[in-house]
Amino acid sequence: MSDASATGHETKIPLSERGPASKEMVVRFGFWLFLLSDIVVFAGLFAAYAVLSKSTAGGPTGPELFSRTHTFIETTSLLLSSFTCGLMTVGVEIRQRMLIYLSALGTFVLGIGFLGLELSEFIDLVARGAGPTHSAFLSAFFALVATHGLHVTAGLLWLIVMMVQVATLGLRDMVVRRLFCFSLFWHALDIVWVGVFTIVYLGAS
Amino acid sequence: MADTSGSQSNNGAKAPGEHGKGKAAIKSYVAGLTLAFLLTMASFWAAQTDLVYAPAVPVLLAALAIGQMGVHLVFFLHISSGPEDTNNVLALAFGVFVVGLVVLGSMMIIHNLNVNMMPTAHPMDMG
Amino acid sequence: MLGRLDWSAIPLDQPIPLIAAGIVLLTALALLGLFTVKGWWPYLWNEWITSVDHKRIGVMYVMLAFVMLMRGFVDAIMMRTQLAMAANGAQGYLPPEHYNQIFSAHGTIMIFFVAMTFMVGLMNFAVPLQLGVRDVAFPVLNSVSFWLTAGGVLLINLSLVIGEFAKTGWLVYPPLSELTYSPGVGVDYYLWALQISGLGTLLSGINLTATILKLRAPGMGYMRMPIFCWTALASNLLIIAAFPILTATFAMLLLDRYLGFHFFTNDLGGNAMMYVNLIWAWGHPEVYILILPAFGVFSEVIATFSRKSLFGYRSMVAATMAICVLSFLVWLHHFFTMGAGADVNAFFGIMTMIIAIPTGVKIFNWLFTLYGGRIHFGLPLYWALGFMVTFVIGGMSGVLLAIPPVDFNLHNSLFLVAHFHNVIIGGVLFGAFSGYNYWFPKAFGFKLNEPLGKAAFWCWFVGFYLAFMPLYLLGLMGATRRMQHYDDPTWQPLMIIALGGAVLILLGIVFTILQLVVSIRNRDQNLDETGDPWNGRTLEWSTVSPPPAWNYAVLPKVTSLDAFWKTKQDGDSHDRSEPVEAIEVPQNTMLGITLSFFAVIMGFAMIWHIWWMAIFGGLGLVVACLIYAWRTSTETEISAHDLTASGVLRA
Repeated sequence: MSDASATGHETKIPLSERGPASKEMVVRFGFWLFLLSDIVVFAGLFAAYAVLSKSTAGGPTGPELFSRTHTFIETTSLLLSSFTCGLMTVGVEIRQRMLIYLSALGTFVLGIGFLGLELSEFIDLVARGAGPTHSAFLSAFFALVATHGLHVTAGLLWLIVMMVQVATLGLRDMVVRRLFCFSLFWHALDIVWVGVFTIVYLGAS
Repeated sequence: MADTSGSQSNNGAKAPGEHGKGKAAIKSYVAGLTLAFLLTMASFWAAQTDLVYAPAVPVLLAALAIGQMGVHLVFFLHISSGPEDTNNVLALAFGVFVVGLVVLGSMMIIHNLNVNMMPTAHPMDMG
Repeated sequence: MLGRLDWSAIPLDQPIPLIAAGIVLLTALALLGLFTVKGWWPYLWNEWITSVDHKRIGVMYVMLAFVMLMRGFVDAIMMRTQLAMAANGAQGYLPPEHYNQIFSAHGTIMIFFVAMTFMVGLMNFAVPLQLGVRDVAFPVLNSVSFWLTAGGVLLINLSLVIGEFAKTGWLVYPPLSELTYSPGVGVDYYLWALQISGLGTLLSGINLTATILKLRAPGMGYMRMPIFCWTALASNLLIIAAFPILTATFAMLLLDRYLGFHFFTNDLGGNAMMYVNLIWAWGHPEVYILILPAFGVFSEVIATFSRKSLFGYRSMVAATMAICVLSFLVWLHHFFTMGAGADVNAFFGIMTMIIAIPTGVKIFNWLFTLYGGRIHFGLPLYWALGFMVTFVIGGMSGVLLAIPPVDFNLHNSLFLVAHFHNVIIGGVLFGAFSGYNYWFPKAFGFKLNEPLGKAAFWCWFVGFYLAFMPLYLLGLMGATRRMQHYDDPTWQPLMIIALGGAVLILLGIVFTILQLVVSIRNRDQNLDETGDPWNGRTLEWSTVSPPPAWNYAVLPKVTSLDAFWKTKQDGDSHDRSEPVEAIEVPQNTMLGITLSFFAVIMGFAMIWHIWWMAIFGGLGLVVACLIYAWRTSTETEISAHDLTASGVLRA
């Protein structure tokens, strides 16, 4: 096998033959695979929602319950938080702690805003007699949207832990890898939300 | 401190989400935010407008959703079509294949089952 | 205080579960006592329980599989005995409530905790060695995966002692599995045990996929990878894609049972058919997850024992990846009779027949590998040849069932039971035993006793046919699955023959245990001195047996397929000028067993509605993860001097 350094020529060794990848590569690819598996979980919930969305058992339907304005604000918050999260990863790349902390704070505030809006919607629905136990449609709606919300919650808790890690452990390799995994997670959640608001909220007609 | 810039340090392959440093990266995020926001507004508009032929609205919404997801993948997650990204793209493609099958397959199958197995107008007394 | 748990949960009034529980408890206590008296705990803790070495973890998976094989087999022989007795008015010795739990436990244990565990164990052990690397991508995650699986096993076995198991069959279909018709703890035991072990499996799938795609020795491009690694890749991709469907579906059923949701209930719009649809969207890929690694084992074994390279490597790779994709396009064949229209049924029937084609390609490739080879009839090859005959018969009965009108007659009959045992025993279990015999010397440094192994094989092989061929006939005669008694006395002779087959299989299991015991006792006479007892072709045979924790001090440079064979042909010219450098090996961790401990507590608490305990378990999980997150010393360095001095230095 010709070795670039031995012959002096840049012999193009195929990517697949260059030996084990770096730890950073492997961790982020592994996390990417995990995200894909998580998306399949959402697929199952989406499928259940799609199949059961008309099974309202004589109770309230989507158009009666959902507020487009409310959803628009939620969507914008989450989208902006994806942007601030992107800024955070730029901060990690250039090792600028202030940028990291500030953009993480922005991501957190926007995420909390999203959750607050979602929680208020759930409480309102239950108060109106449209809780998840009232029909298959409502069960599917709550399961899908709340699973996304739980993922967002877990993400925000993770973000707090990461900021404490940055403060206590600095930007060592392990912490940097985890921050990039977080950003993958956060962007993926926004992608799932695009599906949620399109199919559930806008799709209700 | 590991040098996390570029593909050279990683045997030529790209890590998912990997981007360059500084200005170019910020530009990518700003562009992505703007595009995604425009597509989002278009979605909300499409859902309540009379200007689009009504049965075509779901198709339009689906296209806009796919567009938004694409913007996220390209501008925020930096998925490309180059050889360094092949593993990531293939994994994504497999994931999309399975998601499509589970969602669309289930919808078609259950619809078919519901049609064939729909309870009669007078439900049987099971008691 | 203790939810719905009280003394009535212990089956004091049912002799059979009580005796079984008693035996299990006594055996467990005896083992624990033995370890304590002999002072083995430090060794077990440091070398096995907290190990992150893929070889150790692989061995533990296989050990778990063997133990659960005993439990699942006891269920089987109880069922066969009951059916041999319960003809034409006789009630047998197992009341229906108990019988229903036995067939449910049998299926659950055999699929999730024997077949899956065995295959994951073999893949864990062999893949990094075959790829020429030191460990899997995420060694700590590997340990977590194993312990989560073990936690699921513990919960399932607890159901024997405290409470009851599901009475719904191994897939817990609603509405029977909903609260209305299964108010007890049985279904909850099932759901929580499988959610916990399912997470372990998913993480393992991610681990092995990342390993195969990102961690290979220099020079090992995709087309130079051993075929077992290709089948492992396909299997683990399927795990990543399919197991989340199981997680989501079980979560929906749990929501129905715990929070009063209506996904699959009879009332308020629930649709039980959706459960069946989703569970089989997981279930069909699952059987391919099981069989693909077995196919990989056979490819390696047949090539090695024919002393010939595998015929048609490229077509094998293509067939494997085709099976991977196609396995997602056939799942409706599990519910042809649920009522879909003829067009939908026909599509899936045709797709099911199409998926038999790449499998057929594999069979022919194996035959062509054997043809013209210098065959050595080692024990692993016995299992491979037994597989080829048995699996083909099972596959043909599958293609028969793929025809919807035929399936309308045979769905859920004993014909179906015969078919899936035919392919799973003939395929997965024979593959497990083949791989076990093949890689045992590598794992432990001595070979398994051949005569006892051959006796085990023949008992299993003949026993299988005796036990299951009658079931094909019975199915055609109208016998259904999961029946506790039957009226037609003409069925009884066949049932008795089937029991005879089961007893022969029991003898096979006894021989397998004997083989292990005798081999351990005689190990010094059967040492694997060269590390290459079978004249192997792939890289794992270039290491000593057992390999050191780090596998390869210097990663091999691969220049072709069957890398080790090529090295031997070239006259074993190791480039000794390659400098030995210090390496880092990951440190042990107690994260795996800790997470499993809290997961089991949480699962048990959820089952019995002990809410404070569930919160405690959940918090324990979070705290354990946080403590681990601050672990800064994760690797130990082994100096070049120590590597050279260890005396195990090879390529």
